[in-house]
Amino acid sequence: MTELNTMETIVQDIITALKDKPGALLPILHAVQDQLGYVPADSVPAIAKALHLSRAEVHGVISFYHYFRDTAPGKQTIHLCRAESCQAMGGKKLEAHVKASLGIDYHETTADGKFSLEPVYCLGNCACSPAMQIDHEIYGRVTAENFENIINQAEEIA
Amino acid sequence: MSITIYVPCDSTAVSIGADRVAKAISQEAQKRNISINLVRNGSRGLYWLEPLVEVLTQAGRIAYGPVEVKDVTSLFEADFINGGAHPLYLGLTEEIDYLRKQQRLTFARIGITDPISLEDYIKHDGYNGLGNALKASQTDIVKAVTDSGLRGRGGAAFPTGIKWNTVLNTPSEQKYIICNADEGDSGTFSDRMVMESDPFVLIEGMTIAGIAVGATQGYIYLRVEYPHAHIALNTAIEKAYAAGYLGDNIQGSGKTFNLEVRLGAGAYVCGEETSLMESLEGKRGLVRFKPPLPAISGLFGKPTVVNNVISLASVPIILDKGGDYYRDFGMGRSRGTLPLQLAGNLKHTGLVEVAFGMTLRELLYDFGGGSATGRPIKAVQVGGPLGSYLPESQFDTPLDYEAFAANWTVLGHGGVVAFDDTANMAELARYNMEFCAAESCGKCTPCRIGSTRGYEVMDEIIAGQALDKNIPLLRDLCNTLLNGSLCALGGMTPYPVLSALNHFPKDFGVDDQANTAV
Repeated sequence: MTELNTMETIVQDIITALKDKPGALLPILHAVQDQLGYVPADSVPAIAKALHLSRAEVHGVISFYHYFRDTAPGKQTIHLCRAESCQAMGGKKLEAHVKASLGIDYHETTADGKFSLEPVYCLGNCACSPAMQIDHEIYGRVTAENFENIINQAEEIA
Repeated sequence: MSITIYVPCDSTAVSIGADRVAKAISQEAQKRNISINLVRNGSRGLYWLEPLVEVLTQAGRIAYGPVEVKDVTSLFEADFINGGAHPLYLGLTEEIDYLRKQQRLTFARIGITDPISLEDYIKHDGYNGLGNALKASQTDIVKAVTDSGLRGRGGAAFPTGIKWNTVLNTPSEQKYIICNADEGDSGTFSDRMVMESDPFVLIEGMTIAGIAVGATQGYIYLRVEYPHAHIALNTAIEKAYAAGYLGDNIQGSGKTFNLEVRLGAGAYVCGEETSLMESLEGKRGLVRFKPPLPAISGLFGKPTVVNNVISLASVPIILDKGGDYYRDFGMGRSRGTLPLQLAGNLKHTGLVEVAFGMTLRELLYDFGGGSATGRPIKAVQVGGPLGSYLPESQFDTPLDYEAFAANWTVLGHGGVVAFDDTANMAELARYNMEFCAAESCGKCTPCRIGSTRGYEVMDEIIAGQALDKNIPLLRDLCNTLLNGSLCALGGMTPYPVLSALNHFPKDFGVDDQANTAV
C-alpha cells in the first residue's frame, strides 16, 4: 500500500510539473520511467486524465516506443547494439555470448534481477564497434572476454 | 605555470577509457607535484587513436595516443608535458595526416575547444554568424543559405534555403524550428559529435534559422540513446540563456528565440520528419501523408523548419564567411563539405569532413586504411540501414549526391560501414528486413507487412529452399515496398536488400547467370 502511494505521488508530481508543456506526453513518460524504472500500468489513468486523453491513447504511445517499458527492469539494463557496424566487427558472436552468459534473451531479466537485456539499433559508437550501454555508461570494442569484466565491475558499482 | 592537457569527454572516447585516463593523469600529476590544467575537450574524430591525449606546448598541441591507463606513468617519465618522445608520440595534432587532409568547416572547432565553454566558443569565431544575422534582413539570411548551396545533411539532400524560404513566406503567428537529432542510422555519429563536442554551434544555427524565418520556438528532438549529448546540450542551452544568446531580446536585438531539448524513445522511424513531429506532439510516431509540407503545416499545424543537426550546424559558418565561401567547396550540385563517418571494419575509423567529390575508394583506403581485420573489404554500406551495399567495383564512385543516385546508391547522412569478406550478404539482407519490421510505424501496408514477409522469405532463401520461386518473390516484394510505402523506411529498405542480391548473388545461393535471368 505504501509502495503504491509512493508511486502515485511521484507520478502526480511529475504530471503537475509537466502537463502544461506543449506535447507533454513523452516528457511525462520519460520522467516517470527515469524515476520508477518503468511506466506502471497503474500510472496510465492519471496521465490520461491530466492530458485529456483516453487510457488507450496513452497505452498506445507507451507501446509504440521501444524505450518505454511497462514492467520493472533489472537493477541494471544492458542495451546491446545489433546494427550493421557492430555486426561488421563481430557483434553477432558477442550477442550470442551475452545471451548465454546472462542466460536470458532480449526483453528478459536475469533470475537474480540484476540485469535486463534490450537490443538497441545504434549507439553512435560505430567507430569503436561492437558497442553496448549499461544504464547511461557506454562501452566500445566489447568482446566476449571484456564483457565479463565490464558486468562484474558494473555490479560492484551498482 | 600550469600545463594544459586535453583528454576528450566525447562518449566514444569515454567508451574506451578516456575518463579513466583523465583520472590517472590527474593523480599522477598530483603525485609528482606538477600543476596541470586538465581540459575535457571534444574528440578530433580520430577514433582509432582515442583516447587521444594532447599537451599544449610552445610549438602547438602535441598528441599522444591511443593512451591507456597503464601508459600514464611512462608518459610522465618521458616528459610528455613538454612534448617528450614516447612510443605513443604522434607529433603536432594538426599535422596528423588524417586531420591535415580534411576541410573542416562545420567541424572547425570540434576537438579543439571545451564543448561547454561559451568563452571558448566565442574565442574560436563562435557567434560571428549570429552577429551578422542580427544585422541582416530575414530575406538576406535566407539568401545566404540558399547561395551556399547547402542541402539537407540528414539524408534527403533537399536544399535548405528553399525550405527556409517557404516557412519565411508562410504567414503565421507561430512558427517552429525543429532540429532532427534522431541520428539512428548505423555507422553514423557526426550529429552526436557536434552535440557533444560543439553544442553551441547547433544552438547558434537554430537561432539564426529562427530569426531568418520568424520562428520563436525551437526544439531539438534528440534520441534517448545519446545521454552524453543530452547533458552537453542542456548545459550549453542554459549558458546561452544566461549570456543573452537565447530567450527574449537576443543580444539587445529585440528578437526572441527559445530552445528546448525533447527526448525520443527508441523509435527509428521518428527520424522521418512527419513522424518526428507526431512524436513531439506527444503521439505515436506515425508517418503523416505529405502534402501538406511541414514548411506550411508542420508541428501543431504551424509552419515548421525541420533540419538535421549537421545542416543547422553548418549555418553559422555560412553566415560568418558568406554563402560563396561555403559554395566554393564541393562538386556539381553537391556544395560545401560532408562530414563522413568511417565505421565498422576499418583500421582508421573516425570523422572525415571533406569537400564533396573524393571517391569512396580514397575514403576507405587513404583515410580508412583498409579493413581492421586485414582481410579484403567485401562490401560497404553507405547511408545507413536504408543505404545500398557497394561492391568493390563501385568504390570509384565520387562522394556526390547525384553520382551516388546514378548507381542506385545513397550518400544519405554520410555513414560508411565496411564489411570484410567474412560477411554474408544474405544474412545482412535478412537483418535489413527484420530491422524494417521492428521499426515500421505500421501506417502503410507495404512496410508493415512486407518487411515481415521479407525476412520470412529471406529465412527460406538462407535455408536454400525453393530459390527459383523465392528469389523472384523477394524482388517482387521489394518492388512493392519501393513503390507503395509512405516513407523512406519501407521505401528504401529494398536498397540494401536488392543491392546485396544483385552484387552478391552467391551468398543467396544463386549464380550470377541465374540471378540476372529472374
